[in-house]
Amino acid sequence: MIGLSHYLTLSGLLFALAVAGIFLNRKNVILLLMCIELMLLAVNFNFVILARFLGDTAGQVFVFFILTVAAAESAIGLAILVVLFRSRRSISVRELDSMKG
Amino acid sequence: MIESAIFYTFGAVLLGAGIGVITARNPVHSAMFLVLAFVTSAFIWMLLEAEFLAIVLVLVYVGAVMVLFLFVVMMLDVKIEQARAGFTRYAPLGIAVVLFIVAMLGIVVWDRTQEMNFLQAPARAAADYSNTEALGELLYTQYVYPFELAAVILLVAIVAAIALTMRRRPGLKVQDVGRQVVVRREDRVRLVNIESEKGE
Repeated sequence: MIGLSHYLTLSGLLFALAVAGIFLNRKNVILLLMCIELMLLAVNFNFVILARFLGDTAGQVFVFFILTVAAAESAIGLAILVVLFRSRRSISVRELDSMKG
Repeated sequence: MIESAIFYTFGAVLLGAGIGVITARNPVHSAMFLVLAFVTSAFIWMLLEAEFLAIVLVLVYVGAVMVLFLFVVMMLDVKIEQARAGFTRYAPLGIAVVLFIVAMLGIVVWDRTQEMNFLQAPARAAADYSNTEALGELLYTQYVYPFELAAVILLVAIVAAIALTMRRRPGLKVQDVGRQVVVRREDRVRLVNIESEKGE
């Protein structure tokens, strides 16, 4: 029988994979955005799981809001990426050093 | 039994797709693996009786956000070798961090929650239970102001995306409807008196 622990383990592994992706692909902004989407999916997973196991539909409402914010975030992030590529002809993180941070 | 089969099958596909996202050489393949991850999680969300959100995940994420991602990936024409530099260099650190996270989650989920009584799944809802209806009742009563704020956030995202990517190119021949409408006869038409030729 599949219990709470199984579901939480699945979402935790997904989150860990997304963190690993951010470490591995730190040169490519598009891959970083995709890994953030994967992280948000894992978080949404936790909300859905606990909404079911605690019998509270409010958790699913929050998934709805997270989906909204994630869609807005990726739209603006990709727009910034397009503008960046247009001015620098590259999206490599290594070359984004004009602020000398 | 069938529930376990569905969970393990789609869970394995989900984790495999996650590995594919972070290790694929081509960003287009990464985006495709991410689509697979979203679709399989929609299946597992159905298992968790979140039917509306499962459909929304497929419609919004696979239908809109991932298409946007693919559009940008294909438009930008990223040099793969350049973007892959340093992949193996940071792999040990990444693996160490992941093992740390997995160990912490394992302790919390498998050791500390054993005595809690909500571990077992509650009974399935009746066949006439509508997840969409329950969600709508909550969303339009208790969470109506956050709902409207979410709409405003989407509006801000639209305005920001358009404002960021719009550019004015000089020298482009475009129609200026306003100037066309306000033009008067005196501006365009000039009557010229021409002497007619005398016949011979």
